[in-house]
Amino acid sequence: MNAKGTVHKYGDDVNTDVIIPARYLNTASHTELASHCMEDIDKDFVKNVKPGDVVVAGKNFGCGSSREHAPIALKASAVSCVIAKTFARIFYRNSINIGFPILECPEAAEEIQPGDSVSVDFDSGLITNETTGKTYQAHPFPDFIKSIIASGGLLESIQR
Amino acid sequence: MAMTMTQKILAAHAGLDHVEPGQLVEASLDMVLGNDITSPVAINEFEKAGATGVFHKDKIALVLDHFAPNKDIKAAQQCKQTREFADKYNITNFFDVGQMGIEHALLPEKGLVGPGGAIVGADSHTCTYGALGAFSTGVGSTDMAAAMITGKLWFKIPAAIQVVLTGKPKGFVCGKDLVLHLIGMIGVDGALYQSLEFTGEGVGELSMDDRFTVANMAIEAGAKNGIFPVDEKTLAYCQGRYQGEVKIYQADPDAQYARTITIDLGQLKPTVSMPHLPENTRTIDQVGDVKIDQSVIGSCTNGRIRDMRIAAQIMKGKKVAKNVRCIVIPATQEVYLQCIREGLAEIFVESGAVFSTPTCGPCLGGYMGILAQGERAVSTTNRNFVGRMGHVDSEVVLSSPAVAAASAITGYLTDPAQL
Repeated sequence: MNAKGTVHKYGDDVNTDVIIPARYLNTASHTELASHCMEDIDKDFVKNVKPGDVVVAGKNFGCGSSREHAPIALKASAVSCVIAKTFARIFYRNSINIGFPILECPEAAEEIQPGDSVSVDFDSGLITNETTGKTYQAHPFPDFIKSIIASGGLLESIQR
Repeated sequence: MAMTMTQKILAAHAGLDHVEPGQLVEASLDMVLGNDITSPVAINEFEKAGATGVFHKDKIALVLDHFAPNKDIKAAQQCKQTREFADKYNITNFFDVGQMGIEHALLPEKGLVGPGGAIVGADSHTCTYGALGAFSTGVGSTDMAAAMITGKLWFKIPAAIQVVLTGKPKGFVCGKDLVLHLIGMIGVDGALYQSLEFTGEGVGELSMDDRFTVANMAIEAGAKNGIFPVDEKTLAYCQGRYQGEVKIYQADPDAQYARTITIDLGQLKPTVSMPHLPENTRTIDQVGDVKIDQSVIGSCTNGRIRDMRIAAQIMKGKKVAKNVRCIVIPATQEVYLQCIREGLAEIFVESGAVFSTPTCGPCLGGYMGILAQGERAVSTTNRNFVGRMGHVDSEVVLSSPAVAAASAITGYLTDPAQL
């Protein structure tokens, strides 16, 4: 399984309130959530994001609330993957549970720049910055997580 | 090998004698919580999985508190979906408008969570119940769905930070000042993936309401859970309330901690978190002249009776400053009624504040106190992220009820002792 896209880069402590503001939590519609994704930190994100794009950020990405709406909004925006120095624990768990791949890789998160083209091989955990040619090694997912992501989520994988 | 309090509770719920940090276990759950925001997503997942029943109708709590009484048509639909689910599966602990309160004040009050329990909730502030000596943590909606079906979830056993409390708080210093001080020390990811285990003689100086406030904000340091030892105050609180069996777990004297932090409660001053992160703390004497447009007193962090009493004590016989909106929100119907009986409601209304039905409303920028561009609120809530309470260019300063009440009177961030 692979991903490839253009990088949208943010700083440390990107919280769930900016990923999807609570004022939009009166719906569980994935497309509606995606239409407001990141708007309080990057008002042009929705306009600029293209299928396959990669979000890169600093430490503690997804801190704050337990809202699963946050990774749902990113996934429904067709973001293929988030690479960060570290993730807040509930966001991490939620992302895996909805089948949305996220990788911790401090060096990649530090060096990759906005607008770079990045590809990710989820089987090996290899991240390649196609713009600079530099590669980074993240921990590959264990098989049970690969299976959840391939199924599209935890409950989908249980159903199988 | 020795274990922390959290490790012992998780081991017991996993049917194991011993666990170690990093170990993955499957633990049985005593309570699974959801609200009107997170339950609809969980219900959709529940149905997608083809589930035909819940693991235990008494061990699920559904609370319509975030956007209820319904703030708009979409919120009404979400409440309706949750209500219909509760009805269909005969969920005992379903709390609708009239019975509902803010979930993390309500569940302890109703005796649905207690010492030694293992609780998950699809709300990050589920860590509140650690005040009672329980393992309690926030999860997402998919985990909530799985937990409603099976009554179990997998957990990674956390390492812990030990927080040793000494001394006795002075003046208006309360649990909120303690937890903001702690977050200021270790940062918003200072306890990431770890437990915060509170201990020391200072614990006995904190009321249960203070302990709820402290455990509530463990997540703001990134912690998996916050937990207090069980003492006479805990047992007195649970007496006549807690429906389960009290089980007291104690950390082994030689338990290993990733880090130990000592805080002298006697040295703390009223503390606030400036925009836009809870770790951005200052003591009230360091903030200078900071004007406010709104003061919010309430939430799962500080909407309990002790919080109401302190705010009323400060506001009694005084008027809310011109051009300041003061919004007081008792967290539950029980607290609301107690405010009326004790004359606190009258004090708030006569001072020019509004006194609202329980709701999470303004804390997360839902309704009942949204900020306009350029406005600033002082608030007893738990997060001050960008846009949290309204416009992306508005600001939230986190404080104790005493500071929020004093600031409502003066119109500036104010030390209650100076009023």
